[in-house]
Amino acid sequence: MLRYFFKRLMFLVPVLFGVSILIFSIVHLAPGDPAEVMLGPAATQEDIANLREQLGLTKPLYVQYGIFLGNALKGDLGRSIKSNAPVMEEIMERFPATLTLALLGMTFAIVVGLPLGILAALKQNTWVDALCSFLALVGFSIPNFWIALMLMLLLSIYIPILPSSGFDSWKNLIMPTIVLGIQTMAVIARMTRSSMLEVIRQDYVRTAKAKGISDRLVLTRHILSNVMIPVVTIAGLYFGHQLGGVVITETVFSIPGLGRLIVDAIRAQDYPVVQGGVLFFAFCVGIVNLLVDLLYAVLDPRIKAQYRAAK
Amino acid sequence: MNSERQSIVTLSAADGKVREKRRSPWWEVWRRLRRNKAALVGMTVVVLLVVVAILAPVLAPYDPNQTNMTQRLKGPSSAHPLGTDNFGRDMLSRVIYGSRISLYVGFVAVGIGAIFGGILGAICGYYGGRLDNFIMRCMDVLLAIPQIILAIAIVGALGTSLLNLMIAVGISQLPRYARVVRASALTVRGQEFVEAAKAVGASDARIIIENILPNCMAPIIVQSTLGVAQAILSAAALSFLGLGIQPPTAEWGSMLSSGRQFLRQAPYLTFFPGLAISIVVLALNIFGDGLRDSLDPKLRQ
Repeated sequence: MLRYFFKRLMFLVPVLFGVSILIFSIVHLAPGDPAEVMLGPAATQEDIANLREQLGLTKPLYVQYGIFLGNALKGDLGRSIKSNAPVMEEIMERFPATLTLALLGMTFAIVVGLPLGILAALKQNTWVDALCSFLALVGFSIPNFWIALMLMLLLSIYIPILPSSGFDSWKNLIMPTIVLGIQTMAVIARMTRSSMLEVIRQDYVRTAKAKGISDRLVLTRHILSNVMIPVVTIAGLYFGHQLGGVVITETVFSIPGLGRLIVDAIRAQDYPVVQGGVLFFAFCVGIVNLLVDLLYAVLDPRIKAQYRAAK
Repeated sequence: MNSERQSIVTLSAADGKVREKRRSPWWEVWRRLRRNKAALVGMTVVVLLVVVAILAPVLAPYDPNQTNMTQRLKGPSSAHPLGTDNFGRDMLSRVIYGSRISLYVGFVAVGIGAIFGGILGAICGYYGGRLDNFIMRCMDVLLAIPQIILAIAIVGALGTSLLNLMIAVGISQLPRYARVVRASALTVRGQEFVEAAKAVGASDARIIIENILPNCMAPIIVQSTLGVAQAILSAAALSFLGLGIQPPTAEWGSMLSSGRQFLRQAPYLTFFPGLAISIVVLALNIFGDGLRDSLDPKLRQ
């Protein structure tokens, strides 16, 4: 198991390497000179030239990339142009808020989405099913920034019970959690429904029922444990997508997290922060995918057995 | 859809009688689609929206960019059914014109993603081996970055414009088309008609275009329909963040963004553009789902 974990961890290396090349190229192909941005419109040509030299911008691109990669491997992502603080420090300062939001959003998605999907499947082809499925489709289709604004309108303006911005108390977290989790919730509900419908018809479920096991036990032991595997896959895949959603959520609710850091950095043409931030996001997505893979083994004894055999 | 079936149809055309009974694969799809009420509703809404977008100059009661400072922030009334914004512009006209940009961006971005992704996927599936491995690892790299963040980074680099927005959204969608097409190309490449084409001496490019791609159409169409919905959402999100279409252009995402500061006094400024996005995306998703079920029941998850 541990060996498998490290093997999978190694797969992450080429992907992150690729991401570093990609994001480095994107950022450096951008028109606009960071030195000019830093010094503002009042700077003289000479000042700009000096700063370019200082920042290493006069070196060929591949040399610049080499330096960037070498430093990144040591955990140094350069310094922010705007604040002059190390990018890694800025990221780590903002990461807890984003992680909290992401985990809460996922929890919301599972806690609401799973029962919705189960209910729809158990009442297949009734109005309950239609309603659940429609809700899931709506949740998937409504833009999250609009949900954010409508929730704000309802819960901060019309019935002022929740604060519309900030990150101080648990009250600040309710709306962002819903906004961030709603799409994943919809995806989980749909996946749970279709996976349930498939499992319900399996022979082992019929056997279990024939043995006289109570419906409740059949549902929890025989059906749900099998339903969980595809649901975990899709939830894991969506976690990365949902992580992108923090960009919107954090901007709308003024939460000082990673998403807002990147958006602000792009507006300010603060390229080291953009570079480092995107790389860090890719790293998180990779780690999540890895964890999902390991979770399979926990959920599915067949896969666990394979790992053992591989050892 | 299925070239094997098509070839049967042409073969059977020789004896004339059989041909009449066999309908084209597309007719079969349409027959299945017609039975799916929800998909039909979705399709109707999409078609209606396309019509609204085309006829915007006729349908809109005012010029969407005509400011009128005496009519600022007026709530919905008979003169302005959806109210007016902070420059006194008619919201109904702006929402109608907004459909043009959203649909345009959605379709072009998906076009970019589907064409390039499709070609890459077909090459991967057809050649296999190292090239396949290399391209798919590149796709993994693109997939490793959350779509919206990738799009933001690209727009940030290229600068904010309509074209750059479409390119950014298109690129961020590229891997899904590459994967889907690769998967179907893999199943097609071993079939007899591909071997036959090779035997006649057709070039690889010709085989990919004439034999492989037409057989991947079903999944491409399904992915594209759902992809347009995603692209419209992404584009609106980018505009909302100020990184897409810039004001004063009437675009739903940027209208939401400028209406946001008047959330308290004039909530209709954010309500209607958001509702419009939701309706388009919902309709496209419902239609895409139905299309998937009728194009290929096997694709149904």
